Amino acid sequence: MSSIPVPAGMPAAEPSAAALKWRALAESLVPAAAALVLTVLLFSAAVALAGFNAFEVWGLIVLGGFGDAFAWQNTLQRAAPLILTGLAVALPAQAGRVIIGNEGALVLGGLAAAAFGNVLASAQAGAWLVWPAMAIAGALAGGIWIGLVGLLREKREVNETIASLLMSFIAIALFNQCVETVLRDPASLNKPSTKPLPDALLLPTMPGLDVHYGLLLGLLVALAAWAVMRFTPLGLALRVAGGNARTALGVGLPVVKLTIGACAAGGACAGLAGAVEVAAVHGAANASLIAGYGYTGILIAFAARFSPAGVVPVAILVGGIAASGSLLQRRLGLPDAAVTVLLGFAFVALIACETLRGRQFFKASK
Amino acid sequence: MTDASALGWWGVPLAILGGAIRVGTPLLWVSLGETVTEKAGRINLGLEGTLLMGAMTAFAVSLASGNPWLGCLAAAGVGVLLGMLHGALCSLNRVNDTAMGIALMLAGSGLAFWLGKPLIQPSAPGLPAIALGGWSDVAAVKASLAINPLFAIGLVLAFATHWALGRTRFGLRLRVVGDSENAARAFGLSPTAYRIAATAFGGACAGVGGASLSLVYPGAWSEALSSGQGVMAVALVIFARWDPRRCVLAGLLFGGASAISPALQALGYSQGYYLLAALPYALTLAVLIGLGKPGPSHGAPGELSLNR
Repeated sequence: MSSIPVPAGMPAAEPSAAALKWRALAESLVPAAAALVLTVLLFSAAVALAGFNAFEVWGLIVLGGFGDAFAWQNTLQRAAPLILTGLAVALPAQAGRVIIGNEGALVLGGLAAAAFGNVLASAQAGAWLVWPAMAIAGALAGGIWIGLVGLLREKREVNETIASLLMSFIAIALFNQCVETVLRDPASLNKPSTKPLPDALLLPTMPGLDVHYGLLLGLLVALAAWAVMRFTPLGLALRVAGGNARTALGVGLPVVKLTIGACAAGGACAGLAGAVEVAAVHGAANASLIAGYGYTGILIAFAARFSPAGVVPVAILVGGIAASGSLLQRRLGLPDAAVTVLLGFAFVALIACETLRGRQFFKASK
Repeated sequence: MTDASALGWWGVPLAILGGAIRVGTPLLWVSLGETVTEKAGRINLGLEGTLLMGAMTAFAVSLASGNPWLGCLAAAGVGVLLGMLHGALCSLNRVNDTAMGIALMLAGSGLAFWLGKPLIQPSAPGLPAIALGGWSDVAAVKASLAINPLFAIGLVLAFATHWALGRTRFGLRLRVVGDSENAARAFGLSPTAYRIAATAFGGACAGVGGASLSLVYPGAWSEALSSGQGVMAVALVIFARWDPRRCVLAGLLFGGASAISPALQALGYSQGYYLLAALPYALTLAVLIGLGKPGPSHGAPGELSLNR
């Protein structure tokens, strides 16, 4: 906004390449550091006001999230679906689309996976056929659902943020209807569920770890997404389409296909998260799937600045904080909602500190 | 719901009307507030957190003071604070209002659950109902026509807001800010100030909506109190096409749709119970698909990021 006009004939002093590099690094680190300080101050004040020792609370958060092998496994277990729901927002965002309704794609993915898994299980199919089939069913269900949102945006100019939210409510209603009626296991009395998968078909834990294979799947998808965005013409095309649609059209890129594809890919990630939760955690599709992973994914993607690689550490951090909740409750009697407050403060601080980026003091030449 | 079956089929429209008002009141308040916020060109997706904080505060203050109206006032106050926080943070450069809303939703609901932990058991004095069904001696009629006082106030406020937006100097300026930031600057208006004020008003309304949940219906504090009414606000505003008067209709329709299923179930019809709950969303989506890109002729504010 405030560019200082340079008088003609007086070339501005160009900062050296090294100085530019340092400034770029500072610009990427300062907002995160400021957000960290702000979060620590705010949450410490909150726990102190509630009559707890803030140092003790922070110690237990670190211990409960990352203190030992058990804590790490708990953390990674929670991070697995969050990596996928984070990608579900980050991928469409690369093409300039803000999707906030992935909760719906997640539950539909879980439902499709549970339904297909049961059909194949009753046909005596082996695990190595059932698992891929469940993953594909989940990804397809989520991908079609959010792909539809992308289609509405391109064809009818319906805002994707709102449409995805509306579609999420519709998806949850559809999910409840199916779980309560046609797909309901008559044996599930208090908590309507689909038929549980046979134990042999539950996704096992990885060798030597108490974390299921869903984590590996999430990491692989994130790696693939990062590689596509970073190294392929497709990734470049997506970023051009997201950055400036007119330029993209001008150079002959299929913008409509690219953006719908990015939305569908994001939805597929959310659907996959639902399939993994069913196959590895719940064993059936029921209301436990509606746990807010879709909403947390939005914040994770924003905090990672929509980078597919950045989603992974942020999701692990969030998983760790969530995992520390039970330790805080056991040791100090701090309610589990305290962890939600901490995450809320952290995301408010992170999003607010974005304002530090692009400020003049990172650019001003001496 | 046994009363409804005693009335036979007549019980259905009656139960729907009663349910529409009961469930629709918080929706009316939340959407009314969000309409004003969006008219100024901002979107606040964090009203779910404000609603829960309002519900918890109203319940706590009513419990401590014995006066439910004081509870409502306190809820509105907390709403103003949360709204101003959203408004102020989003006026910083590069801060995304969509993401900030969701972050505040998380922070607000977490705080409400944390502070509300000791409030789950006790019962606080609720707001007295306006008994419009006094003429009848059928219990179901009486129950359905016991009007939530906050519905009556919300109804008046909806028309007052419509008048204020259309006829007062402040309302006109607020709409200029929402329609074109450049025009607003040319008139010497500060978009930031108007947007913070509009978001604070939105927060206050959402707080009162929360009070309606904890002090009228269901009339107690629990963590499952809100079933996403705060997030629905965004859909309601589009359905009402940014008209405060239509917020009343939108609230009643969304509330009524969730009352159809239980009313029919009381009569033994339980087909499509859950799909009916999706009806308002499907209708809103249909409205959007029909409109295409909402423009000024639909009352849509031009500066709203969602309309660009």
